[in-house]
Amino acid sequence: MRRRLADLGLGVAALLGVAATWELYKLLGPEQGWSVREVRVLPRTTDLAMPHVWEMLGRLPEPLTGAPGAVPLWVAVLQASGFSLAVALVSWVLGVVVGFCFAVGMQRFALVEAAVLPLVVLSQTVPLIALAPLVKGWGGRVEIGGFAWQGWMSVAVIASYLAFFPVAVGALRGLQSPDSIHRELMRAYGAGWWSTLVRLRLPASVPYVLPAIRLAGANAVVGTIVAEVSTGLPGGVGRMILEFANFASSDPAKPWAPLLGAVLLGLLVAGLVSLVGLPLGRYRRAEVTA
Amino acid sequence: MSAATAAQDHPRGAVAVSVEDVSRVFGGSGGAVTALDQVDLTVAAGEFVSLIGPSGCGKSTLLRLVADLDRPTSGSISVFGRTPEQARLAHDYGIAFQQAGLLPWRTVRANVELPLALHGVGKGGRRERAGHLLDLVGLADFGDHFPDQLSGGMQQRVAIARAIAEEPSLLLMDEPFGALDEMTRERLQVELVRLCAQTRAAVVFVTHSIPEAVFLSDRVVVMSARPGRIQEVVDIGLGRGTEREEGLREDTSYFESVTRVREALHGGSGAGATVRGAELR
Ligand SMILES: Nc1ncnc2c1ncn2[C@@H]1O[C@H](COP(=O)(O)OP(=O)(O)OP(=O)(O)O)[C@@H](O)[C@H]1O
Ligand SMILES: [Mg+2]
Repeated sequence: MRRRLADLGLGVAALLGVAATWELYKLLGPEQGWSVREVRVLPRTTDLAMPHVWEMLGRLPEPLTGAPGAVPLWVAVLQASGFSLAVALVSWVLGVVVGFCFAVGMQRFALVEAAVLPLVVLSQTVPLIALAPLVKGWGGRVEIGGFAWQGWMSVAVIASYLAFFPVAVGALRGLQSPDSIHRELMRAYGAGWWSTLVRLRLPASVPYVLPAIRLAGANAVVGTIVAEVSTGLPGGVGRMILEFANFASSDPAKPWAPLLGAVLLGLLVAGLVSLVGLPLGRYRRAEVTA
Repeated sequence: MSAATAAQDHPRGAVAVSVEDVSRVFGGSGGAVTALDQVDLTVAAGEFVSLIGPSGCGKSTLLRLVADLDRPTSGSISVFGRTPEQARLAHDYGIAFQQAGLLPWRTVRANVELPLALHGVGKGGRRERAGHLLDLVGLADFGDHFPDQLSGGMQQRVAIARAIAEEPSLLLMDEPFGALDEMTRERLQVELVRLCAQTRAAVVFVTHSIPEAVFLSDRVVVMSARPGRIQEVVDIGLGRGTEREEGLREDTSYFESVTRVREALHGGSGAGATVRGAELR
């Protein structure tokens, strides 16, 4: 409990540190930024380009638009974040399940590992932006009985494409981690592949899988936001970032609000994922040497 | 399979392990290594046999062949009249290595229960058996501890309890006390002799220590290296079970046997030469 609190304190300190750095640069940095020839390497520090932190926060309680009856900005951002959170979680689950299936398949059959692992690595070099229209196009054609493909499903699939990778690689390493002494012990007991998987390989893989699913969580968030932008799905933080960018000159604090939402989203997913590790403490005990 | 029936299945005089003309050649990039060359060995049911010899003479290899963790290049092995594979799948033997090899995420009790769980023993039966075994190795109070909370000697005792969990009629042990201090080692030797007398299991025991081999065994098989061969088999004949107590270590017949094994070892590497890898304590 005490460690939890300390972690929380560190997290808050880090956020304050980011805000302080922002203000410090705004104070000391050159007004027009700093350019090497035509390329600007440091941003401008005008109020338009870099609003004060308190201005961004101050904008949150104000209404979304000038229209009468508009909800406060923070409510809109939270709604969008909630939508994206649901999609990110679905993509995370999908990515973890698919990644794990890949890992188990690769562990079971050396041939599969030789054939699939390079493809898995290669898959991550295909940019998400290139993938988005493809998935959206395929999804649009899916219609089975009463089930119709929804826009958010395309986003979840695209994001899970980012999320499955660390799980596939991490879980494979974990499943292959048991020492020969433990593998031979299982063999001496006449245990088949399945019992060896359940009693030895899965428990041994936990220390590898936990960091992998945390990475997958971060990837799911990034993937969801990018996929929302590139498929143009309304309702989430990604689309909101795109829309609010238009207000950069008229309402400079507004475009930063969905970014705060994205940060919040990342923190929430990281927190939820780390809950998975809590009941698995015994599988993280240091490997005994003697 | 309970202990009583296992022992009755194989009355004295029956053969536990029969190794006939077995060779094992490892083919490496730097040429072939003959780890075992035409080895013959018979272990009777209930008999305690130690393998001793210089490092690299193929002791572990021989044990692994019997356990079906490896296959011979030529020759044949049978365990209670079956192939090693059949014997392994029938859970005919228990095994312990130099390292305890406990699963770190299982409690001591769950580690001892592992072979029972794998072979479908019910929860109640497992509990009872594990409790009994932990009593036997003097760890009754540590059932709920995790392996990393135990000393090396305690871990090794858990590993031994696990090896005998199913009361196998054959125990294969590869330097199980190798990493322990002398005092723990001698105490465990006494425990092991007592356990084997109780369960009437045959044992094939690999060791580097002449006193250990003599104290434990009915017969000591002395091996020589490059290629791995059986050089001599020394009959010990110091009696079984309760006859072997701490006092035996000061007995003249014990010292005579130690001398005989030592001479057999020396004979293999030329008179007077030191024996590589074997402790001559
Ligand atoms: N998997 C393997 N591949 C290649 N060579 C091997 C392998 N296992 C054993 N050997 C070789 O076989 C020979 C016998 O090895 P083994 O492990 O049986 O010796 P040992 O008598 O148990 O030695 P020690 O007392 O040091 O444990 C050695 O020369 C070793 O190099
Ligand atoms: Mg060895």
